[in-house]
Amino acid sequence: MFWRVTFELLRGLGSCAELFALTLAFALPLGLVIAFGLMSKWRPFRNLRTPWLRKWRPISWLTNIIVWIVRGTPLMLQLIIIFYGPGIWFGNNLWAFSSGRMSACVLAFVINYACYFSVIYRGGIEGVPQGQREAGEVLGMTKGQIFRKITLLQMVKRIVPPMSNEIITLVKDTSLARIIAITELIKAGESFMKSSGITWPLFYTAVFYLLFVGVLTILFNSLEKKLSYFR
Amino acid sequence: MSILEVQNVRKNFGSTAVLNDISFSLNEGETIAIIGSSGSGKTTLLRCLNFLEKPSGGKILVDGNVIFDAANRAARQEKEIRRQRLNFGMVFQSFNLFPQYTALQNVTLAAELLAQERPDFKQKKKELLAEITERGKKLLADVGLQDRMMQYPHQLSGGQQQRVAIARALSLSPRILCFDEPTSALDPELTGEVLRVIRGLAEKKTTMIIVTHEMAFARDVADLVLFMDAGVVVEEGPAKDTIERPKTERLRQFLSRYAEGEA
Repeated sequence: MFWRVTFELLRGLGSCAELFALTLAFALPLGLVIAFGLMSKWRPFRNLRTPWLRKWRPISWLTNIIVWIVRGTPLMLQLIIIFYGPGIWFGNNLWAFSSGRMSACVLAFVINYACYFSVIYRGGIEGVPQGQREAGEVLGMTKGQIFRKITLLQMVKRIVPPMSNEIITLVKDTSLARIIAITELIKAGESFMKSSGITWPLFYTAVFYLLFVGVLTILFNSLEKKLSYFR
Repeated sequence: MSILEVQNVRKNFGSTAVLNDISFSLNEGETIAIIGSSGSGKTTLLRCLNFLEKPSGGKILVDGNVIFDAANRAARQEKEIRRQRLNFGMVFQSFNLFPQYTALQNVTLAAELLAQERPDFKQKKKELLAEITERGKKLLADVGLQDRMMQYPHQLSGGQQQRVAIARALSLSPRILCFDEPTSALDPELTGEVLRVIRGLAEKKTTMIIVTHEMAFARDVADLVLFMDAGVVVEEGPAKDTIERPKTERLRQFLSRYAEGEA
């Protein structure tokens, strides 16, 4: 029985790991794009008379609203809307292909996590002293060079602790995938409760989560150590 | 002909005028010290020259060429500004070294990025980079840091960091080197080593603009002095004369407060 349970849980872990990896792969870069949106200073109407229009920064405004909506509603709700929404409202189930469920899940997770990441990125970028950018500017660097060569690494160093929190939360949030019938870890463990009346597999799933998070913690600590060569 | 000419530069932050009709000129090889109390606009003036602030009015000319004209919007294009700012080097009060790079990398970074824009960079990559590294090493040796080149900023003292910053500012061979209170963030016992480096540059006839609170240094090293108060130039003239025999009451008051502080 133990080996059967272990095997099933490993399959559940596989779904979790897939969702986790795909979410990170897309949400990490997308979060940076959203962060730039949040920080956008573009004021297309700065030459007009109306005071509020002059100050209006439409890109920043729009991204702030998106982030508000995404962070302000439960991920579970977003998951349900993205998976069932197209079928209900447009009579057209977008996700009716073999890996459709996982794709819908990844989409929901990417949007959700990118928004959380964007705020962390913004904090990291704004935490780099203005003098660093100015030093780059007076040396004739372009904005892109300043970001890549000066700001980026200093930002990464600053965001490792809050990012590690968020990424560890992501590991456990993968359990939400069961809401659209993906057999992730907990669902796999729980199935034994229903089929064989045993509860220990459910607790056994905790070991998998702990191991997963343990590996991540080690990785984050070593990254932090690697970046400790400068202050 | 003067290397730098500042004509009627104004700067407003909102409705407050921080700089009001500032004009001065500087000849090649000369050093000008800008003195004045905090809030008099000295730093803002320096930042305008380096395009860290956009002047609200006025013109700036280098070698007789207009590099900034508030009346002409085309000259304010980002690309144009990038090219023009290479006329100026800047040393900040708070050093602003890049913490993730060694002293040598701090000095060579900008030159390497600039070299990458050359059309022949791919073919001559090795030679170009070796050249830049050599020059970086020489610049650091010139400020007395030949054995600190591989250290990171946090491993250096404030005085050493500021000397790296001077070497970095010289790395692109600017026409005019600007200092914004280069010793104000340093412990008193560390100011000497930085001032010595600046004095050495003056002896080598580097054109410099120095915003400073070190009156004795301004008197001895600078050729000219510019005294600012409330955003206007109150008095200017040869450094030694002006500091020893101020003509205006305001500069007299300002200097006597320094004399009290030093006594």
